[in-house]
Amino acid sequence: MSEPRETRVAGDVAGLPDGAMGAANVVWWGNLGFMLIEGTAFALAIGAYFYLQSQSLAWPPAGDASPDLLWGSLFTGALLATELPNRWVCARARAKDAGGVRRGTLMMALFGLVLLSLRGLEFAHLNIRWDRDAYGSVLWMLMLLHSSHLVTELGESAVQSAWLRTHRIETDQFSDVQDNCEYWTFVVLAWLPIYVIVYWVPRWL
Amino acid sequence: MNLDTNPPAQAKRHRALLATWSDAPGVWGFLTTVDHKRIAARYVLTAVALLFLAGLLAVDMRLQLSQPDMGRMGPQGYNEAFALHGSTMLFLVSVPVMEAMAMWLVPLMLGARTVAFPRLAAFSYWLYLGGVLMLWISHALDITPDLGWFEYPPLSGPAYSAGHRVDIWAQMITFSEVAALAASVNVVATILKMRPPGMTLARMPLFVWAMLVASVMTVFALPSIMLVTSMLISDRLVSTHFFAPAGGGDVLLFQHLFWFFGHPEVYIIFVPAIGFVSAIVETFSRRTLFGYVPMVLAMLGIAVLAFGLWVHHMFAVGLPRLGSAFYTAASMAIALPAGVQIFCWIATMGSGRLRFATPLLWVIGFILTFVIGGLSGVMTASAPLDLQLTDTYFIVAHLHYVLVGGAMFPLFGAFSYWYPKATGRLMSERWGKIAFLLIFLGFNLGFFPMHLLGLQGMPRRIYTYGPEMGWGTLNLVATIGTFVSAAGGLVFIANAFLSLKRGAPAGNDPWGGPTLEWATSSPPPAHNFDEVVVVDGVAPLWAGDGRLPVMTGLAADRREVLITSVIDALPQYRHRSPTPSIWPLIAAVATSILFIGSIFTPWALVWGAVPVGVALAAWFWPKRPRAGAGGQE
Repeated sequence: MSEPRETRVAGDVAGLPDGAMGAANVVWWGNLGFMLIEGTAFALAIGAYFYLQSQSLAWPPAGDASPDLLWGSLFTGALLATELPNRWVCARARAKDAGGVRRGTLMMALFGLVLLSLRGLEFAHLNIRWDRDAYGSVLWMLMLLHSSHLVTELGESAVQSAWLRTHRIETDQFSDVQDNCEYWTFVVLAWLPIYVIVYWVPRWL
Repeated sequence: MNLDTNPPAQAKRHRALLATWSDAPGVWGFLTTVDHKRIAARYVLTAVALLFLAGLLAVDMRLQLSQPDMGRMGPQGYNEAFALHGSTMLFLVSVPVMEAMAMWLVPLMLGARTVAFPRLAAFSYWLYLGGVLMLWISHALDITPDLGWFEYPPLSGPAYSAGHRVDIWAQMITFSEVAALAASVNVVATILKMRPPGMTLARMPLFVWAMLVASVMTVFALPSIMLVTSMLISDRLVSTHFFAPAGGGDVLLFQHLFWFFGHPEVYIIFVPAIGFVSAIVETFSRRTLFGYVPMVLAMLGIAVLAFGLWVHHMFAVGLPRLGSAFYTAASMAIALPAGVQIFCWIATMGSGRLRFATPLLWVIGFILTFVIGGLSGVMTASAPLDLQLTDTYFIVAHLHYVLVGGAMFPLFGAFSYWYPKATGRLMSERWGKIAFLLIFLGFNLGFFPMHLLGLQGMPRRIYTYGPEMGWGTLNLVATIGTFVSAAGGLVFIANAFLSLKRGAPAGNDPWGGPTLEWATSSPPPAHNFDEVVVVDGVAPLWAGDGRLPVMTGLAADRREVLITSVIDALPQYRHRSPTPSIWPLIAAVATSILFIGSIFTPWALVWGAVPVGVALAAWFWPKRPRAGAGGQE
């Protein structure tokens, strides 16, 4: 191994902080990358829905019923409502309030459980099975795609909440809480077009 | 501490950094490493081994086609051979090897200690290996996919393909694509947040630009193939009707989603090659690249256009004419940015002081071959002509000219160029040139006749043909060419192995390169660089007084990296980089069980998720002190 190149000192980074919040933190960019990947998958799945709809004479096809509105709309209302506490947790993270993020992430995990229960009821009122026809298949695909994100978000909030309780909270952890809040918002926003497509498009078309 | 005047302090710091960043010895270190160089080297070696196996399949197929009515293979054997060859080359060699090169080189070119997410890099490799093993162990068990590298329904649907051959293919894609997405996010975050102070976006080496563009393309292209293969598995496993016309499904939906991925994929393979070629041309012309800005814009242009071309793979399915005309125009348009790049490289070489070492020969071979492939691409972009040529050997010739000529030749050049950095030794120039000549001439002898065979009407994917077709002579020539290039491949591999011990010592910078990887030792130490390098131009090692400006202050006793701002690369904070861990491997094994299980039962998605969740939780288990230990609360 030969000697490395000669150097001259042009500055020092020892005085820099050892953590950062939001987009300054490298982890934020990883989070963004995965949201882009999943967002693309949502967009393509929605594209597939409309492609299949364009190939069908009627939508829903003759003999299929549209999904019941009640549980899906309740879920949507509840999901939108969680954005308020979610924003609050985000603000607590930015303010580096340890007690606030501990309480907040636990609360969000509990909300996740409620949402998942509502989602179960939604599935029971889709009024079609996945194996009846392509309409049923693509409906279930959209629902499962979104539900998998709910489960992931619930798991992440629960684990995060546990660790915030057991371990010391530093800048990076406040940043993690903030990233998790943003991911929650992504899950909320991703649902809105799917809600319209699953529940309203069959009624309008 | 002043590093200028204090060599003992510098040596002490070097040793401390080595102790902090080195892996544990032995098997445990092998399994737990998060060193981007080790992981990337595994990726490259695995891909090269698969390239060898896929090459053997190619030789076998060429023997079968060398004369009319040959009996080496039956139709089933031939179907398996081309399906395995294509699937391996596209999904398990071309894309992963490019990402591996990025994973190895990007941190070194940025003067960084590691990648943004080292454990994610380890996970990516192990998952990729899972996909490799699943496909090839299935092959050993005679469950080989047999429908080509794109398995269209209805042929791949439950009605026509019983058994698990299709499932193996579809799930191998899930493996390799999750691995590729993980690698891409890692590369993007590394490039955006770990550039050295002073390396603004406008001063990034073109290689790094190429890897950034290719990785962003990956993020938008790969979800499509994962979605479509999941839909196919679901049609086969739980009787959904996505592609079943009787249930209101549509087989063309598969093709749309497949090619929405498939066409950008070609460029995801080619754009990194642009990076290799740019780096090699610059060094061996001994001048900075002509047309930096047009080169970057051309890459961005290719990235955007690549997503608007997919339908040109579907001209023969009966689309509306206006649609075909649009996609013809878009397909021809992409030749413009590709042309700009070719001219920039030629201008650089024309105005530089050329040094004809092996890497540059590969670049020249690339330009000649890729231009032919590009021109046959412009021909097939025309919908009426494509209708005649599609599914003939003309397409086989075209795709090999662009993929082998356009991506593998630059890769071989890149391998020769960076081999001394990775190993500390130079490969033999003489044998390198012999390998180049054999592969380059053999390739053209092997594939050029296929254009003519295609024009004569020889369809692709046939296992034999009768003597009355008159295709025997050209096929024999093609087979001879394949053998010549295979011999060249063996010379190349032998040269790489023998040079490990016999090669001349390379020193830090055997080629006089302009980018930062040449500033560290060969091979680089575990932590890559002792100090954070400061950059003030596109060719940092060609500027200044020969002494590298650096910033001190990163810790030596823990894994610390510098994070900088996205556009201007201003230092922002010192980030704690994760230590080695067994959990990425365990998480990959758990994910593999989930993927393989879901071929057989949908419930694998439920019970299989539990061990994945546990492994991920362990992976991210906090190492910081317990609450209350440090006075918080």
